[in-house]
Amino acid sequence: MDYDIPINIAGLNLRNPVIVASGILGLSQNIFNRLYNLGVGAIVSKSISLLPREGYRNPTIVSIDNMSYINAVGLANPGAESFSLEISKNRGPLIVSLVGSNQDEFSIIAKKFNNLKILGFELNLSCPHVEKMGMEIGDDVNLVYDIIKSIKKDITKPLFVKVGLGKSDILEVAKIAESAGADGITAINTLRAMKIDIQTRCPVLENKIGGLSGIAIKPMGVRCVYELRKCLNIPIIGCGGIMTYEDILEYMMAGASAIQIGSLIGFKGINSVGRILKGLHSYLEAANINDIKEIIGIAHK
Amino acid sequence: MPINKDMIRMVLIEDVIVESPTVKTFIFKDPLGSVSKPGQFFMVWIPRKEELPLSVMISDKKKYAAITIRKNGYGSTSLFNKSKGDRIGIRGPYGNSFSINKSNRNIILLGGGTGLVPLIRLLYYTKALQTRITFILGARTRSELLFTGLISGWAKESKIEMLMATEDGSFGTQGYPTDILKDFLLVNKEVDIIYTCGPEMMMKKVYDLAIMYGTHIEASMERYMKCGIGICSSCCINDKLVCTDGTIFNETEIQKLTEFGVSYRNKSGILTKFRL
Repeated sequence: MDYDIPINIAGLNLRNPVIVASGILGLSQNIFNRLYNLGVGAIVSKSISLLPREGYRNPTIVSIDNMSYINAVGLANPGAESFSLEISKNRGPLIVSLVGSNQDEFSIIAKKFNNLKILGFELNLSCPHVEKMGMEIGDDVNLVYDIIKSIKKDITKPLFVKVGLGKSDILEVAKIAESAGADGITAINTLRAMKIDIQTRCPVLENKIGGLSGIAIKPMGVRCVYELRKCLNIPIIGCGGIMTYEDILEYMMAGASAIQIGSLIGFKGINSVGRILKGLHSYLEAANINDIKEIIGIAHK
Repeated sequence: MPINKDMIRMVLIEDVIVESPTVKTFIFKDPLGSVSKPGQFFMVWIPRKEELPLSVMISDKKKYAAITIRKNGYGSTSLFNKSKGDRIGIRGPYGNSFSINKSNRNIILLGGGTGLVPLIRLLYYTKALQTRITFILGARTRSELLFTGLISGWAKESKIEMLMATEDGSFGTQGYPTDILKDFLLVNKEVDIIYTCGPEMMMKKVYDLAIMYGTHIEASMERYMKCGIGICSSCCINDKLVCTDGTIFNETEIQKLTEFGVSYRNKSGILTKFRL
């Protein structure tokens, strides 16, 4: 289905603002095509590292109350070489997520993808459960600046930087990212969290600590987007616990130009993508909103 | 509040059945799992070790569920070593199920190894129907032929014929269950449907035979799984997610699965050819 809710973000024209978040259904071109056919505005791939990673042993995800998950997959991904072959025939709105531990690695990965038919890149600076990657880099603001600067030299497509609630102030990291040339900010990533089984007295996840997603983090995501909107000039992609079209509106009113969904697909299945788009489209029609841009950041007025 | 099947339920192992030198069945109270449809699976957490997708076995006690495991890798061996009184975690049941059509006159169940587990559950649900059931099963050797006592017990009261193959010829026909199927289909033209679960190359042969003879088929696919709930895509086969679209696919669906019998995703998600 195609729901016409066009949005422009960082120079990209999306057919609608609903993007599938990184880590969700993010490694197969066949599945990407299925998501395109369901109507998604764009898809972010799994975070791709230079070399393949098997990730952690299961359990890599655990459900907790109130439509939320904690996951520690361990950045399992096919690596840059295999994934560039996987998507070599891609024609859909795909954003490639990058993860690495230093400038050289990012540079090699980014160059592998820059000439493929993709929309752009998302830099994963906030994976909360793998050492020396993701969040540990995101917490070092000088490194963030240098990495973004160097990636921007290697690519000609927009670069979104995904930030989370790590040790550093999210607003500071996002401002640094903007000053280094980021074209947009994705906020927020999952939050460091844990689940212990009281009967066997042990953590459930193999990695013990993982990242919390789902409804539990939505109010924090909305707050971050709201505060980021106040201090940034580049567009924001809102992410965290979006389950309904009302949640999309909330994030957009806080200042997001587009949004990402993830946990929703776990709870309601792959076809929930189409349902949330239908809900958003019907709402906009009923509320007589011709251009969804009208509501972006409207809560700041 | 209804139980959220995605949340881990800690269950107590109340009984252990030794099925073969390498295979055990664990029985535990789990009302939600006890009503699983044939072909559905659990995600089974062995605390401090691993979580594994495992087909739901049958249990003869109400409100009880069961799983059957062959010791093989790290997780399966740690589960195999569990005993009565130990606790494991269960979530699910997940996935679709084998279709049961009461008007079928003549059906075949074909499996190998622990691939027999969902077929045993299917047999449990179909044995009371007025259907002629041919159960073709195989193993490497006689001591690894599973569930033969169970099936022959049911065969006394239902129209079940059991045909067995062992690779080493220590029992039944020497060879594979697919060898038996080939001969069977030559003389029995009226088969409505073949249900199969087991090694993919075996199921590929079953599929090819089903197509050749114009018989319906449902096969239960196996792929490496992480989440079990349709978000990680580790288990994808073409554009299908084995955990939520499957694990059972029919001939119309399999026809489009060009990766069936050819390739699978490894743990890092790289499409990898099966070794023949």
